[in-house]
Amino acid sequence: MTSFLPPSDRIWWKVPVGREEVVWIAIALTWCLIMFLMMPYWHIYGKQNLSNEAYQTTPAKFGAKVEEMIKAHKVRDESGMPVVAPPAGSDVYMLGRLWQWWPILELEKDKSYRLHLSSMDWQHGFSIQPINVNLQIVPGYEMVLTVTPDKAGEYGVICNEYCGIGHHTMLGKIYVK
Amino acid sequence: MSLFRTCPDSGFYFHKSAESLMKVNAVAAAVALLVAGVLGLGVVLTRWQEVHLLDAATFYMVLTGHGINALIFWIIFFEMAILYFASSTLLRCRLAAPKWGWFAFILMIVGAVMNNIAVFQGNSSVMMTSYAPMQAAPMFYLGLILFAVGALIGCFIFFGTLVIAKNENTYEGSVPLVTFGAVTAAVIAVFTIASGAIILVPTLLWSVGYIGHIDAEMYRVIWWGMGHSSQQINVSAHVAVWYLIAGVVFGARPMSEKVSRTAYLLYIFFLQLACAHHILVDPGISSEWKVFNTSYAMYLAVLASMIHGLTVPGAIEVAQREKGFTQGLFEWLRKAPWGNPVFSGMFISLVVFGFVGGITGVVMGTEQINLIIHNTIYVPAHFHATVAVGTTLAFMALTYLLIPVLFRRKVFMPWMAKMQPYVFGGGMTILALFMLGAGTLGVSRRHWDMDFTGALLTFEYAGIAYTMMAIGAIGGVLGVVGGAMYLLVTVGSLLFGEKLEPSAGFLQSFGKGLDASCYSSGDPGRAEAAPAVEHHGSAGFEAPGTFALALLLLVTFIVYYFINWKYLASVWQLG
Amino acid sequence: MTEPTNNPDSEQNERIPAMQALMDNPFLLLFIGVAMPTVFYIIWGIMEIVTLPVAP
Repeated sequence: MTSFLPPSDRIWWKVPVGREEVVWIAIALTWCLIMFLMMPYWHIYGKQNLSNEAYQTTPAKFGAKVEEMIKAHKVRDESGMPVVAPPAGSDVYMLGRLWQWWPILELEKDKSYRLHLSSMDWQHGFSIQPINVNLQIVPGYEMVLTVTPDKAGEYGVICNEYCGIGHHTMLGKIYVK
Repeated sequence: MSLFRTCPDSGFYFHKSAESLMKVNAVAAAVALLVAGVLGLGVVLTRWQEVHLLDAATFYMVLTGHGINALIFWIIFFEMAILYFASSTLLRCRLAAPKWGWFAFILMIVGAVMNNIAVFQGNSSVMMTSYAPMQAAPMFYLGLILFAVGALIGCFIFFGTLVIAKNENTYEGSVPLVTFGAVTAAVIAVFTIASGAIILVPTLLWSVGYIGHIDAEMYRVIWWGMGHSSQQINVSAHVAVWYLIAGVVFGARPMSEKVSRTAYLLYIFFLQLACAHHILVDPGISSEWKVFNTSYAMYLAVLASMIHGLTVPGAIEVAQREKGFTQGLFEWLRKAPWGNPVFSGMFISLVVFGFVGGITGVVMGTEQINLIIHNTIYVPAHFHATVAVGTTLAFMALTYLLIPVLFRRKVFMPWMAKMQPYVFGGGMTILALFMLGAGTLGVSRRHWDMDFTGALLTFEYAGIAYTMMAIGAIGGVLGVVGGAMYLLVTVGSLLFGEKLEPSAGFLQSFGKGLDASCYSSGDPGRAEAAPAVEHHGSAGFEAPGTFALALLLLVTFIVYYFINWKYLASVWQLG
Repeated sequence: MTEPTNNPDSEQNERIPAMQALMDNPFLLLFIGVAMPTVFYIIWGIMEIVTLPVAP
């Protein structure tokens, strides 16, 4: 009954450790190191990483870039929202605000784009469904990542960071052709 | 002169002032759990899309209250009781500054009530995280700050008691392992509360207009220093509770003091770095920071948890084998007292914490895998396995141990107490498993309507996601029933439980002591060291059954971990 | 009280090993436990945020 009593050995540090604990610690430590190395490994050989590219920005500044892209590459309207088809390889923008992902993007399959994301007001969660890729969108910060959609289709962008009463209506779209 | 009593059944020492503080903190915790449970029922019945009980505004208010009452108030009140128990009772020492203990308790009560009032007024539906620049009423932040200050005072009373015990020589050598676990919890609590103060004080000033701007990303990083660490206090505390219950129920002794304490030391060093789990897909933070912090510096705190996962059941197995349950690998486990809720609650807590909570936590805390999990309902699924089953059920099991010892009442309706860990643990495990599944399908957390009613555009989840949410919700309802059973048993015990001491009355819930004749002011005697044992050293495997279970955990872990990498590899290329 | 032990090596006067002494000192543990996350998590994290470049 020693778990709640002071240890019986004055110098418990030198009491030999049982074999199964030693073996288990060795196995567990090995597994921990493998898991640790998986992350740098994936940065080098994996295809799904975050770029670490980000900037301080303001809603006004970011909003202006979004509008500029819409003006240059808008192809049509849908449900009152502009659909934008920027050229492959270009910088594309999407902003989150209460309660919209703006605008709708139309991308080409297997082409890469530099996607810029930011929020105009509160925090939002950029969640592409059904592939289930999720990013935190924070006002004042512009996140940039290269995306290469590999399957054609219609993707929903839902907001998965709570942003007030209309949170569940915050739905955007990305088309991949 | 300090009054104390020694429990005639268990031999536990109770300093009178510490005893009263343990009682009131435990009772306040139960009240918070009641609030959290009722609100939790509202949450699951709304997320069950076919039921969809509450309207959006009420749902977000209820979810905010559920999170704070369950994750902050219930567990921290209870942990205050554990800190006083692990210091004063286990070291057979008077509690340092009991008056400050009452001051701390009152601050915590005032804070908790203020925060709840702010939430139920309806203009602070900001979730537990209250991410700036979304703003709550000033009383919301003020309540949290007062609560945190109270908890900080409680931590220092704990440290003060350790000093007194040392100076007055109430024990010799090192503190008991359970107390060492409490030291770990208290250390983490100090960092938790400090982070909370750093971020919540300016946020309070911002909400009343003295500060113009709170940077949203800084808020996230520092807030999670509090938000995640507060749950690391739980891990340390409930592992200590596991060791305590193993010792009380089985007379189990730690397989190795060195190994178990070193595991706790790894917690102190590394566990809190994992606040980074919440920041993995944030802008502006480098991968180096993310990889180092999210992995607790090379997963050394995970190593610690894997060690406890072996040594806690291993200690039980050794004790059981000494009693003659030596057949095969698992006779010790089959013949364990499964009808004793103290044991069953503790063991379910251990298994579900390890297999469900632990594994999912490490998987989603992997930098890149977090991309396919962040903010989905996978996240609350994970922490219901860790906090609801792991911590809460361990605390429930401890309550059944403490009712006769601390309150001197027999457990009321023992048949219900016997079932309770299975109902609560089973229900919450179902909730966790199916919400994990729904999260994998992309269902969002903190979301009122998975049909997106009223949105300009449309999106439809796979049908199976609805099924999973429904089954998870049924598990949640079962969990709420299990929680209600716990409260019925505990409140019933305080009101109607057979009195082991004639003066044991209901007013004990408010801190009243037993009759004066129960206490004495003489020399309580020292905390005797544990009886010496023959050391087996490296002679062989003392707990082969536990080792087999540990290997099963490892295999499950490895398979599930790589399945998630495989799943990640199938999504769009991102870079 | 004499030491209840069956380990002949642990004489009363043998020095406590450093690791055990560390674990017997709650205030040293408190310092380490607060310093580690403060340095690696909070300070490092805040440094990264404040040194972020402004968008072109």
